[in-house]
Amino acid sequence: MIDAAFHAPEPGVILEVERLTMRFGGLVAVDDVGFRAREREITAIIGPNGAGKTTVFNCLTGFYKPTIGRLAFSHSGQVFLLERMEGFRIAQRARVARTFQNIRLFPKMTVLENLMVAQHNVLMRASGFTVLGLVGWPAFRAAERAALDRARYWLDRVGITDKADGEAGALPYGDQRRLEIARAMCTDPAMLCLDEPAAGLNPRESAGLNALLRFIRDEHKVAVLLIEHDMSVVMEISDHVVVLDYGRKIADGAPEAVRADPAVIRAYLGEEEDDALPPEVAADLGRTN
Amino acid sequence: MATRASDAIRARANGLAGLAATPAGEAAITAAAVGILTLPLLGFDLVDIPGGVTLSFRPWLVLWAMAATFAGRLGMVYWRRRGAASFAAVFPTLPAARAATRLTPAVGPALIVAAVAIPFITDQYWLGNASNVLIYVMLGWGLNIVVGLAGLLDLGYVAFYAVGAYSFALVAQHFDLGFWECLPLAGALAALFGILLGFPVLRLRGDYLAIVTLGFGEIIRIVLLNWRDFTGGPNGVSGIPRPGFIGHPFQAEAGEDGVSPFHEFVAPIAEPIWALFGAEWEFDPIHRRVWLYYIILVLALLTNWFTLRIRRLPIGRAWEALREDEIACRSLGINPTNTKLSAFALGAMFAGFAGSFFATRQGFISPESFTFIESAVILAIVVLGGMGSQIGVVVAAAFLILIPEIGRDFAQFRMLFFGAAMVLVMIWRPQGLVSHREPSIRLGKAP
Repeated sequence: MIDAAFHAPEPGVILEVERLTMRFGGLVAVDDVGFRAREREITAIIGPNGAGKTTVFNCLTGFYKPTIGRLAFSHSGQVFLLERMEGFRIAQRARVARTFQNIRLFPKMTVLENLMVAQHNVLMRASGFTVLGLVGWPAFRAAERAALDRARYWLDRVGITDKADGEAGALPYGDQRRLEIARAMCTDPAMLCLDEPAAGLNPRESAGLNALLRFIRDEHKVAVLLIEHDMSVVMEISDHVVVLDYGRKIADGAPEAVRADPAVIRAYLGEEEDDALPPEVAADLGRTN
Repeated sequence: MATRASDAIRARANGLAGLAATPAGEAAITAAAVGILTLPLLGFDLVDIPGGVTLSFRPWLVLWAMAATFAGRLGMVYWRRRGAASFAAVFPTLPAARAATRLTPAVGPALIVAAVAIPFITDQYWLGNASNVLIYVMLGWGLNIVVGLAGLLDLGYVAFYAVGAYSFALVAQHFDLGFWECLPLAGALAALFGILLGFPVLRLRGDYLAIVTLGFGEIIRIVLLNWRDFTGGPNGVSGIPRPGFIGHPFQAEAGEDGVSPFHEFVAPIAEPIWALFGAEWEFDPIHRRVWLYYIILVLALLTNWFTLRIRRLPIGRAWEALREDEIACRSLGINPTNTKLSAFALGAMFAGFAGSFFATRQGFISPESFTFIESAVILAIVVLGGMGSQIGVVVAAAFLILIPEIGRDFAQFRMLFFGAAMVLVMIWRPQGLVSHREPSIRLGKAP
């Protein structure tokens, strides 16, 4: 945490990304990108493959140190400069939780254990860094019960309570995706970063995901930042869309405005020539309206 | 010409292949190969004769090996033809291991009762073996924290065992302290060395970690071997004090300090009990061995209790999560440095306890007791038992430590049996003898 008065962004903005640049040797994966995410909003980052979306995520969650840029994350009167923090501290102190494009659960542990691991820091303090836990201190037991209740709440929410004691790796794909979101929510985040949460989901599951994300935004007051390819998800639930292409930001605004933006259409469909639009793409564009 | 020659070779090869296609032919070829291989190994023997040695030829041994191979191969071929799917299918799952998996709540207490009873039903030789097994059970349980739970492959675990043994031996020698005072100190020093090893290897995993830990184990041993002034070098440390019973030594007569020896101290209670069985209570050197046995039993059970307990605490779950996916751990705010170091430190601590027990039991230690083979055996116990399984470690330790003991009659072949037994078990149950993982917490009732 640093001097809040100096860095304080305008109220309602939870994340302010300024001049973010990430270079890997000669490759510029993200080039001078800036955007804002607001509290209680779903912000979507979209863009064609290789646009640098996941790199932005990895900078935000501490897996990469950005070459240049400031990532100011502020909530409850505190400002965290994420680019200066170690990866695990971003989750621990700044309370930014994330999921992964290729699901990263603890496959040999049970579903419930996955959710308990997510509450590690709270439980660790309650267990007196293991010492009190070893002797079964009552305050630790109470903390463990509370953690169990929170886990049960999210299990109910994502609908896998009946599979709680089974191995996480044995869950069907859609359940694994939802479990990963539940696990991230168990860390009690201020912002939830989802890397392609709808990838590989069928339309019904995708609709369920939309409902879940809205619930997280509206009931838990958590800001959601998501990378997504599935335009139906993006257009339906996001409050704000940022479009990247070749590492640069090409559009930023409300979903309707972004969809109509010629630069976005160009990035997704190539040069703007109406005749060149393949019929199925035109139909796809029409469907999202 | 050339083509004709190669045709001839091919024809002969075809003939050989044709021969190999029949069961008897295949067995015959295998037997012939064994004959060629065993001729120099088994066929000749050096015999002492007055004035030197001579070579004796013993073809019957080679023939015997060939016959055994022939029969074995033939049996195998016919077995395959009958459609036996694989080796694993031939043997049913080890019933004891299966039962142990299901009946863990009953097996644990039964084993403890058996362990408590051992001094009353065995002789001195088997009592010694039993406490040897318990040392390895304890080491296996300790290493299980590092390898089984945290997933950090440690090939230098014996280093911490050595640190425990030497720190007890040296502190006891220089500061005139007893076993019980030194035990926590030895554990703490070993844990410190665990952290020392942990720091440089934080970023390493798998094979790379194994290599560094292997090196660490060797460094400790070589330092012990060469730092003569401090450790006594290859001569080791002798005259290590033995633990007394609440301060009462196990000796025939009271010492100079006037403390009564053990058999006099407990005589008021023991005498009437022994009288019931018509025996006389008197000094017996086996008392000390029994006492040592119970010490290691308690230490081992303490390790077990600790591990079972810590698995259900947040740190234990974080270890297992770290084993599964370190990146996911980071994204959940788990500090990987602290988590790994605590696993190294706690695993090392139990090795330190076991090491000081080893020192006090032997009364003499030297670097020879802490070679790489010890690390390998301990790791084998953990892997063979089933990573992370507590009961599995007991079964595997008993198996690995007692097999060479039982095999003692076979002299130089005992390591061969040891190896063969391990290979067989690993083919039979590749995931270890007891591979069941009990969840650390449940939402519903256990099935």
